[in-house]
Amino acid sequence: MARRAQPISALPGAGAALVVAALIFGTLAAVALRAEAGRGFGSSDWAALRFTLTQAGLSATLSVALAIGLARALARRRFFGRSVLIALLGAPFILPVIVAILGLLAVFGRAGWVSQALGLFGYEPLQIYGLHGVVLAHVFFNLPLATRLILQGWQEIPAERFRLAAQLNAGPRAIWQLLEAPMLLRVVPGALAVVFAICLSSFAVALTLGGGPRATTIELAIYQAFRFDFDLGRAALLSGVQLVLTGLAAFVALRVSAADGVGTGLDRALRRWDGDTGLARGLDAFWILSAALFLMLPLAAVVASGASGLFLLKPNVWMAALTSVLVSGLSTVVLLLLALPMAASVALGRSAMIEVAGILGLAASPLVIGTGLFIVIYPIADPFSLALPVTALVNAVMALPFALRILVPRAREVMARYGKLSLSLDMAGGPFLWRVFLPRMRAQVGFAAGLAAALSMGDLGVITLFADPEVATLPLQIYRLMGAYQMQAAAGAALLLLGLSMGAFWILDRGGRWHAEA
Amino acid sequence: MLRLESCHIQNGAFTVQADLQIKAGSKVAVIGPSGGGKSTLVEAIAGFLPLTQGRILWRDMDLTEMAPGKRPVAMLFQDGNLFPHLTVAQNAGLGLRANLQLSSQEQAQVLRALQRVGLGDLAERKPAALSGGQQSRVALARVLLQQRDLLLLDEPFAALGPALKAEMLDLVAEIACETHATVLMVSHDPKDARRIADQVILVADGIAHAPLATADLLDNPPPALKAYLG
Repeated sequence: MARRAQPISALPGAGAALVVAALIFGTLAAVALRAEAGRGFGSSDWAALRFTLTQAGLSATLSVALAIGLARALARRRFFGRSVLIALLGAPFILPVIVAILGLLAVFGRAGWVSQALGLFGYEPLQIYGLHGVVLAHVFFNLPLATRLILQGWQEIPAERFRLAAQLNAGPRAIWQLLEAPMLLRVVPGALAVVFAICLSSFAVALTLGGGPRATTIELAIYQAFRFDFDLGRAALLSGVQLVLTGLAAFVALRVSAADGVGTGLDRALRRWDGDTGLARGLDAFWILSAALFLMLPLAAVVASGASGLFLLKPNVWMAALTSVLVSGLSTVVLLLLALPMAASVALGRSAMIEVAGILGLAASPLVIGTGLFIVIYPIADPFSLALPVTALVNAVMALPFALRILVPRAREVMARYGKLSLSLDMAGGPFLWRVFLPRMRAQVGFAAGLAAALSMGDLGVITLFADPEVATLPLQIYRLMGAYQMQAAAGAALLLLGLSMGAFWILDRGGRWHAEA
Repeated sequence: MLRLESCHIQNGAFTVQADLQIKAGSKVAVIGPSGGGKSTLVEAIAGFLPLTQGRILWRDMDLTEMAPGKRPVAMLFQDGNLFPHLTVAQNAGLGLRANLQLSSQEQAQVLRALQRVGLGDLAERKPAALSGGQQSRVALARVLLQQRDLLLLDEPFAALGPALKAEMLDLVAEIACETHATVLMVSHDPKDARRIADQVILVADGIAHAPLATADLLDNPPPALKAYLG
């Protein structure tokens, strides 16, 4: 009997999924074979595990708790700049971690604005390094994400319910009990799990603000075992632990979370009839203003202190910037070569295994993949000479889950709408790919490419494992400048990196939507 | 002659049976209640739904295992017959070459087809800049260029007003004459059938009945059709 006709082959997507799975499981196997289980877990390893769980738990709880207040305020107020603020809540996703950390140091550091203000009143300056610094940075990154997740929950309460509540003359308490509390019960566990999972595997924050026996995460311990002791066995053992942790957390997060916070329509303001008292207004204004300050001050600090540093940049910083642009470009190309065939295959209904391969990146830790790649490459080539391609590849795999979330729904739509027409016009294969699929996917491809480019541009992860002193991406160069206490130069370079990341995103995203018909 | 030999067409959990013949060059309306299997029948002939039994023959050619684009079939769907990112000329040109690598001779041919349907001066527009009737004309220009033996219409004009729809049906009849095509037209409106169809196939309850002369059938409907017509 005739097979169900398809306008495009599902095979390349299956191949791409296989490459991703091989990379993740292959490096995992390499790590596992190298791990010396017999030696067991040392006391410093236990400390790292405890610290990892503590900081992730605290970061998740704080981020989500604050996000509930902020989301509630945003959900029931309409004000000038509301949609801009909500759009900005999406920005930390593509904000280079190292840039945010420089900004947080400028605001909350020993010599930062807050410390200076405290000094005026005779107080001690703030101490940002250690647990609270790590948590502060994680809240900075994840408060916006958690807010978007929870705001989505608020927006999904049908407007009719609020109208009904107003009709029944329900007060704030009743609205809370009837509408808001049940929604939060549904949404908050997912938000907690997502933020917890993200904080488990965050590396750059721990690298810059943590450290020492009391503030070392597992990712950081992998890096140290690898970089300082060159103890591959220990790095492998820690990688195994990290993999179990992130795998479990990602699994839980995917199970309990429905929303992804990437969706649009969050700037739609509901008509509400409650919360009109002066107290409620004041409280909401307080939430919104303090959140806006907390999120924008560090960025303002980077721009302010970086602007003067921008003219003092040394050639090696420009070199690093060029390197970052190349790595980011390569990473984006690799991402598209993986994600587009996979999205097409998923849209054709060959989904299960390919979708699983796509989200593997959420569970994998870049440092673990990096360690595995090092172990695999070491016997056959000099891993340090491959630092940049490896970084680009790992960045692409990390961006893959997000890219698929953007591409797959549109790919499904294109197949459903134009699949039969294309088949009946005998366009299967190349003509469908070039004349229908890619042109129809342009906006989504641009968005996904923009995210991938920005993520790769700002990444400070696997490059730290592989780089020798001669090679650096811009984030690594900034980290080195910070290590040498050249804060002015670091701030200038950070401003450059911020511009490059946002610029890459803007150009690719715009390019995708330029002259695109609906 | 288009022959459907004891065909069983699977569409999800739903099966349509058809055992019938259609004379080459005739225009046949496919009518019946919604959910009865009209679209299923047409989509099987176009090659989008597999047969679990039987075969489909056009003249002496067995179509059963052929890919949709390789069949001697041109099809217009209910909606989405044009690609919004391609110009009018490109959309029509797809009827000649799927990869749109058209020679200058073929480009001239495209222009003639567009002129034939009255869109000669809109060749470089995008579909979004066209009215619903004009969009239908572009799709019909493509059918003209495709030069296929069978033309299948799955209610492509359902969204148009009555006058415009009648105009399009007349254009379909003209184009079918010019290309000597055999037409199968899904419709839920008996007036469409009377307008251009010589014969009618009634599809109801998963069975496609053999074609009967339009006037006879509509004037003396059997019980299944009577229930539908009311």
